[in-house]
Amino acid sequence: MIAHLPILQVIVPLMAAPICLLLKRTQLAWLFSIIVSCIAFIISLFLLQQVMVSGVITYELGGWEAPWGIEYRIDKLNALLLVIISSISTLVLFAAHTSISKEINEDKQVFFYVLYLLSLTGMLGIVATGDAFNVFVFLEISSLSAYALIALGNDRRAIWAAFQYLIMGTIGATFILIGIGLMYQMTGTLNMEDLSQRLPQVAQTHTVFTAYVFVIVGVCLKLALFPLHLWLPNAYAYAPSVVTAFFAATATKVAIYLLIRFTFSVFGVSFSFTTLPLQTLFLILGLAGIFAGSIAAIYQSNIKHLFAYSSIAQVGYIIVAFSTSTVTGLTASLLHLFNHALMKGAIFLALAAVVYRLGNAQLNSFYGLGRQMPFTMAALVIGGLSLIGVPLTVGFISKWYLLLALIENGWWFATVLVLLGSLLAVVYVWRIVEVAYFREPLNKDSSVKEAPLSFLLPIWVLIFANIYFGIDTRFSLQVAQEAAVSLFGVTP
Amino acid sequence: MSISLEVMLQLAILIPLLATFVIYVTGKNQNLRETVTIITSLCLFYLIVNLYQGVISGAIISAFWWELLPGLDISFTIEPLGILFALIASFLWIVTTIYAIGYMRSHQEKNQTRFYLCFALAISAVMGIAFSANLFTLFIFYEVLTLSTYPLVTHAGTDKAKKGGRVYLGILLSTSILFFLLAIVITWFVAGTLDFTSGGVFSDDVDLGIASILLVLFIFGIGKAAIMPFHRWLPAAMVAPTPVSALLHAVAVVKAGVFTVLKICVFIFGLDLLSVLPSAQFLLYLAGASVLLASIVAMKQDNLKARLAYSTISQLGYITIGALLATSSGVIGSSMHIAMHAFGKITLFFCAGAILVAAHKSKISEMRGLGRQMPLTFIAFFIASLSIIGVPPTGGTWSKWFLLVGTLETEQWVLMMALMLSSLLNIAYLLPIPFYAFVPCSPSNNSAIYKSISNDSKFTMAGIKEGPLLSLFAIGITTMACLILFIYPQPLFELATAVLGVKE
Repeated sequence: MIAHLPILQVIVPLMAAPICLLLKRTQLAWLFSIIVSCIAFIISLFLLQQVMVSGVITYELGGWEAPWGIEYRIDKLNALLLVIISSISTLVLFAAHTSISKEINEDKQVFFYVLYLLSLTGMLGIVATGDAFNVFVFLEISSLSAYALIALGNDRRAIWAAFQYLIMGTIGATFILIGIGLMYQMTGTLNMEDLSQRLPQVAQTHTVFTAYVFVIVGVCLKLALFPLHLWLPNAYAYAPSVVTAFFAATATKVAIYLLIRFTFSVFGVSFSFTTLPLQTLFLILGLAGIFAGSIAAIYQSNIKHLFAYSSIAQVGYIIVAFSTSTVTGLTASLLHLFNHALMKGAIFLALAAVVYRLGNAQLNSFYGLGRQMPFTMAALVIGGLSLIGVPLTVGFISKWYLLLALIENGWWFATVLVLLGSLLAVVYVWRIVEVAYFREPLNKDSSVKEAPLSFLLPIWVLIFANIYFGIDTRFSLQVAQEAAVSLFGVTP
Repeated sequence: MSISLEVMLQLAILIPLLATFVIYVTGKNQNLRETVTIITSLCLFYLIVNLYQGVISGAIISAFWWELLPGLDISFTIEPLGILFALIASFLWIVTTIYAIGYMRSHQEKNQTRFYLCFALAISAVMGIAFSANLFTLFIFYEVLTLSTYPLVTHAGTDKAKKGGRVYLGILLSTSILFFLLAIVITWFVAGTLDFTSGGVFSDDVDLGIASILLVLFIFGIGKAAIMPFHRWLPAAMVAPTPVSALLHAVAVVKAGVFTVLKICVFIFGLDLLSVLPSAQFLLYLAGASVLLASIVAMKQDNLKARLAYSTISQLGYITIGALLATSSGVIGSSMHIAMHAFGKITLFFCAGAILVAAHKSKISEMRGLGRQMPLTFIAFFIASLSIIGVPPTGGTWSKWFLLVGTLETEQWVLMMALMLSSLLNIAYLLPIPFYAFVPCSPSNNSAIYKSISNDSKFTMAGIKEGPLLSLFAIGITTMACLILFIYPQPLFELATAVLGVKE
């Protein structure tokens, strides 16, 4: 059983999805999904623990040996990602039943769970697999279910947003597929481990160069790097609230994982960062993303839009850290990957609670909410502080490492810009705080109450995690650091 | 004494923190809630006095809480400067609480539970700042202090309060994130440690250019010290209820700022390095300009609290100058001025609050002749003004003396002139207030107020309508302190010299 954990991680939610369809009753489907997601979470914890103790786990699918068969390969990096995805998924599911009861038509609610589990499968699969083509397969599973999930939103614009995402996502996926195809053409293998050994021999060819560019561009579309981010705000804003919470915390993270995986493991550091001016390119795009995202966030009146733009900015931070191509930088990237999932998970769940009570997330719905929904708004404020990077929250930890990495490289200008970026976060977070605590509610009727426990529980678990991992950094720091070191391998 | 000093040190931070919960729970019953606050403040003061005796007897008191990141930990240690700051803050917390009860009740403020809760939280943060053993711990509590005082500044909840809060938070957070945090990371990168070390953390061969830039970043980053380009938050914070302005924006918050400046000058840079830094000279002139300009602006303010706020900015400049002079008399002067200014300014704010409650006046031009109605308040105002100006028989004399000696020693003639000139300006903007209150002598300006007062120009006991009794009591305590510190400044002086004693 223990030996089969890597495949169980993916296959359990995959099998559960059709079963969900058979369950028909939404309540049952909900409970079932929670159980499945919980199992996935437990498996991921086991995997992480095993990896930390005994190193890389490999699993040969169907007993076929590695270069021919599909291999699942769990190292510290993807073990961490598996934990992030499955934990957030479980927490979001807790709130899902209450939330979608108001946001999705009765007859479509079962489909929601089916799609949700499929999407979960896709993300877990992308992360767990050690096979390049398999990555594409799971990418399509997660993307297709994501398009449908977004389209479930009750706002009519959700369909348009889903369509936009569909077009952009498909272009991204196609680019990745082309890249993988070119790699296969040059090396005759799809196994990542195998690729990493064979690619250096043909590294100087235009084909490999092209393959890398295709993969990187495709992945950057998926992770919403400025200026390929245009699909994201609408998709996040009009999707059902819990879907947004799930995707904001995980979907872009999976794409960033792919970027790191392809750059470091498959193509290798020496190839990735020497043949292309990637450092400069990523640094500039990352910084541009921070400012474009943060400034756009300041001017949004829909709070879901606001935090969607903030996500683009946060991706910018991760990319800036990534662009330093040092161990410290990569550690900062991975830390922020983990930490941002905690922040955005909490924030978007809090928004889901607001939408549940008020029907929308417009700024003027927040008038006076500080009194009407004190716990939800307190969570939103703490999440916001974490986003700003106030000490004793996780945001501070990742920012500290990011600053260290930038100073290590002597990039003073970027250091100052990153700090300026976090000031913009103060502005957009405080817009909400002021409205929530200083304005009188628009409609004085006392119908607006605190969110139900099914919201508050997962929100506060995440908020607690925001503070806990901001103080006790041993777990997150150790995993991130060791993953970063092992990704750099022999070349420090 | 059964509990060890180490435990006391931690309790000093935890007790106010704990009090926030108790205050929240007892919030419904205002008598109980305020009893809790007073008892907590008394306990805290008791602890600090014990710690003070420990420090005097030479005990080394430190505590370690938690290692946040490798090499960066939350830990505390007590040195003379910290205990000096803690003594002032904890003592004045008692007085302010007494004052606040009178003020808040007769002013019928809303959300008083939130008020007392945030107040206790802020005091906890102040204790954390005072005792922090490294820059990292200090930064954490510095930010906590900013955030916990925000609800106090915006207490009224009006549009004006919101605007004030925006400026307050905007300047304090952005300077701390943009400059202070950056400076801390660079220090960590260059020196490899953030611990407050006697004589500084940098090695002798540190690049003077980098150290210069760091100093500028630190001085600008510590927005709470209100050096001129980043001073706007302090007048903005005056929308807060008067007890908040009194304790936090005359004592705790601003003193946390200059305390941090002193700590960094003495324990991060070290006086030897500081005296050779080229940027120190520039910052000295900036602080000097801050002293003068703020005094001039103060003269033009008609709102009493705004005038006091600008006066605070000016006085904070004195302390920063003392720290940057990098001589022993400068540091002694600064340390003592932290205390002297605290007592003087809190009295002035208390008076301002009492006038607001009793006579509903906040404009200076409307206070003519008010001395007959509130004689005690205005006498206190007069004495506190003398202390701020720095003339006998008040405590302010000593600190200003040492600061002037410091400028003489380093032959900073321009700065000396600036300090002298500013003292003259102090006289010009503070003394007329109590003077005209007692002698409303301009009949040409025959406002309605003047008339009403001149009608019963005879001084009668019946005409006296002072502020709430509790507030008056608090004013009495701090005024006495101003006088006592002139006759008996030795303990303060010993602590101030001990700040440097650690160095050798």
